[in-house]
Amino acid sequence: MQPLLSVTGLEKRFGGVTAGKDVTFSLAAGEMLAIIGPNGAGKSTTFNMVGGQLTPDAGSIVLAGQDITGKPPREIWRLGVGRTFQIAQTFISMSVVENVQMALISHHGQTRSVKEAATRLHRDAAIGFLARVGMADMADRPVNELAYGDVKRVELAIALASEPKLLLMDEPTAGMAPKERTALMQLTSDIARAHGIGVLFTEHDMDSVFGHADRILVLVRGEIIATGTPDEVRSNQRVKQVYLGEAGSQAALKARRQAAEAH
Amino acid sequence: MDLSFFVIQTLSGLASASSLFVIASGLTIVFGVTRIVNFAHGSFYMLGAYMAVTIVPWLLEFDRSPTLFFVGVLASALVVGVLGVIMEVVLLRRIYRVPELFQLLATFGVVLIVQDVVLKIWGPVDITGPRAPGMRHGIEILGQRFPAYELFLIFVGPAVLGALLLIMHKTRFGVLIRAATQDREMVGALGVNQAMLFTGTLFLGAFLAGLGGALQIPRLPANTGMDLSIITEAFVVTVIGGMGSVPGAFIAALIIKMLEAFGILIFPKITLVLVFLLMAVVLVVKPWGLMGKPEVASGRAVLPEGILNLKGFSRKETMVWVVLTLALLLVPILGDTYKVKVGIEIMVFALAAFSLNLLIGNGGIVSFGHAAYFGVGAYAAGLLVTGPLKAPMELALVAAPLAGGLAAALFGYFIVRLSGIYLAMLTLAFAQITYAIFFQWVEVTGGDNGVVGVWPSRWAATREVYFYVVAVLALTSIVALRHLFYTPFGYTLRAARDSANRADAIGIDVKTHRWLAFIVAGAAAGLAGGLYSFSKGSIDPTMISIAMSIDFLMMILTGGIQTVMGPLVGTAVFHSVKDFFMPLTDFWRFFLGVSIIAIVLIFPKGVVGALDGLRERLGRRAPTPATPAAVARETA
Ligand SMILES: Nc1ncnc2c1ncn2[C@@H]1O[C@H](COP(=O)(O)OP(=O)(O)O)[C@@H](O)[C@H]1O
Ligand SMILES: [Mg+2]
Repeated sequence: MQPLLSVTGLEKRFGGVTAGKDVTFSLAAGEMLAIIGPNGAGKSTTFNMVGGQLTPDAGSIVLAGQDITGKPPREIWRLGVGRTFQIAQTFISMSVVENVQMALISHHGQTRSVKEAATRLHRDAAIGFLARVGMADMADRPVNELAYGDVKRVELAIALASEPKLLLMDEPTAGMAPKERTALMQLTSDIARAHGIGVLFTEHDMDSVFGHADRILVLVRGEIIATGTPDEVRSNQRVKQVYLGEAGSQAALKARRQAAEAH
Repeated sequence: MDLSFFVIQTLSGLASASSLFVIASGLTIVFGVTRIVNFAHGSFYMLGAYMAVTIVPWLLEFDRSPTLFFVGVLASALVVGVLGVIMEVVLLRRIYRVPELFQLLATFGVVLIVQDVVLKIWGPVDITGPRAPGMRHGIEILGQRFPAYELFLIFVGPAVLGALLLIMHKTRFGVLIRAATQDREMVGALGVNQAMLFTGTLFLGAFLAGLGGALQIPRLPANTGMDLSIITEAFVVTVIGGMGSVPGAFIAALIIKMLEAFGILIFPKITLVLVFLLMAVVLVVKPWGLMGKPEVASGRAVLPEGILNLKGFSRKETMVWVVLTLALLLVPILGDTYKVKVGIEIMVFALAAFSLNLLIGNGGIVSFGHAAYFGVGAYAAGLLVTGPLKAPMELALVAAPLAGGLAAALFGYFIVRLSGIYLAMLTLAFAQITYAIFFQWVEVTGGDNGVVGVWPSRWAATREVYFYVVAVLALTSIVALRHLFYTPFGYTLRAARDSANRADAIGIDVKTHRWLAFIVAGAAAGLAGGLYSFSKGSIDPTMISIAMSIDFLMMILTGGIQTVMGPLVGTAVFHSVKDFFMPLTDFWRFFLGVSIIAIVLIFPKGVVGALDGLRERLGRRAPTPATPAAVARETA
């Protein structure tokens, strides 16, 4: 079967910094793929190339058989890619539900409509998406009054609103309390499995990564140094050396045990 | 074209480029470090010239030597540098963290204050300076005489460039300037030194502007229009060269002045259009200028200064607006001619201000040149009626919004490619270019005098009937525009303002929507301009002037840019106050400048914003922070 996303030989340089070098991987529908690596490894850069925020210097990105390399974000979104950002990006002057309504208005091609009031459009559908991420009861709160963890959940609802095939999540749980993290990752993987959405995510939290990813890529200085199942990556000596270290390996092991118990 | 002519033309171009660079380099350095576009840079230039025509002749009394001439020039520049320090300490320090719109306005407030101060001290008459001793002769070049002083100026630019590069690379101060220009984070880490760096930078910037002004006195009498004429050129240079880049400014000044020197041979009247075309091409190919770096687009952590949540009218508010509208419509019946005139003007300006707030308050598109579209509408209407066509008013009032919309479509196409401060500068540059075109195209536009005889059709000839013509057109347009804020289109603009990244990632074509908004706002402003031309019975370049753009900004700020209806209240308050006080004082600009700064520092939400705040405080919630600085501090 053709993979949902296949990325081949991506390169990106910023002046003297190599943020991506021969980055190659693929992702199946319904799969959770994690990219891990130290700060500055090029994780966000990879997300931004797939999402269209950055244009790769070389390489190709193919989504469900269609080449999307170098297309602008809005076209990539139209082809079925939703995303969240490392620093949450929402419409800060709007209410929670209006944020999701905005995504739906765009999804239905109504952004130039000057007929009805925007707040009347797709309100129920928007609340439906908020319910999926557990935010329905906060629908009418201004988004700038929310705790950061809740903002991230709103962002997820926005990303889901266009019924994407692929979800890009750059550090979805950064800035959250540990309990919130587990909940959000569980939520994400449930949604992904239920709707057959492929998820590419990155995390510094080992529980999230080793507890929820189907496969893991390890990125260091723009290069993939290892790839495999959580157990393979955890036991990889090179990964332990350059990234996980002793503490990281312990945390990863614990996360695997918990995941095994949960099943 | 013979060779000698070519050489002379080149030399004049080089001399002008050199002078322009000296001034623009200061603007670009100050921007690089403080991220403030200092309108008052043009004022520093003007002050440099006025200082020099005061100090230099006095020095030459002692001895007519070249040395004393240049001592005088340097002394003038130093005095201006000190004025720059005062401005930094008294004003800029308080506004580094406020939104760009307020920064630009505050420095423009200084421009207004300086204008009246200069007028008070030196008077309205141009002051011719002495010529430089030892450089009063011409030098024979290929059979043509070329002024020695111009030849000297050619070397000043490269010398200043060399000196600046030396400072930038060899002194600690210079290294800090470069570091701050390249890396914003680093400035925050400087701690105590930050204040010194910023003050020092303002000294350097003002010194360069003052030097540029002082060096002009043998070629140009000191006059009160110098500030605004140079600031546009300096803006164009920094935009083309890349903001913050000194070498970029040098190259841009060279290109522009050479283009003018030779363009004048090919298209004698429209060198300005050439500069415009150059700027347009550069911005399409390199949006950050020839040597500028893109501003890293970061997510918005601070609440935007514009419209927040949209509320519909409560029943009480609807009542208030209905009563106000009815009261307005009774003015021609109950009021005198003066009130009818003011009523017409308020409706006209309210439409223009309302359309501006669609861009600024709702779209975050800070336009500093809205008068361009207002003026184009006014001229389109006025010229149609008075020109060979002798068109009727009805046709002219159709043409006005079309012309305004067309101009907005043309300029907006380039403007929406930029954002933030770059965008604001470009709107201003386009407005100034429009102004210059209408000002210089004397055969058609009547130049400075404009054109008289722009009268309404016979049925609408009385003030009272014309009042109702304006009322119908302006009020329906305002109602239609207000509706836009609430529609998906209006929300989309606001979404793009809040986070362009997020908007793009949910499929919104940000540029196209902004462009459409620009066209709508331009058309509305054009209609306002058309209506205004018939109420005045004439057209003249003040309708396109920067002062007009600033008035529009003041109207929406007085009302409050966080509210949809604020601009209407703001227009009524601002215009009434202006109309009442302006004839009473010789220092209107001084007071306007002080009011602008006061609004920025203590009253940034305007009248309606303050009323809302008051109501909220009386109600339940904690008040929102009152000043933009406070907002920035709290969220930082
Ligand atoms: N827009 C940019 N301009 C210049 N350098 C960048 C830019 N974006 C990222 N970088 C650099 O690329 C490298 C990878 O960054 P990033 O992808 O954000 O890493 P990660 O997300 O893994 O922490 C870093 O060295 C970073 O400084
Ligand atoms: Mg990152």
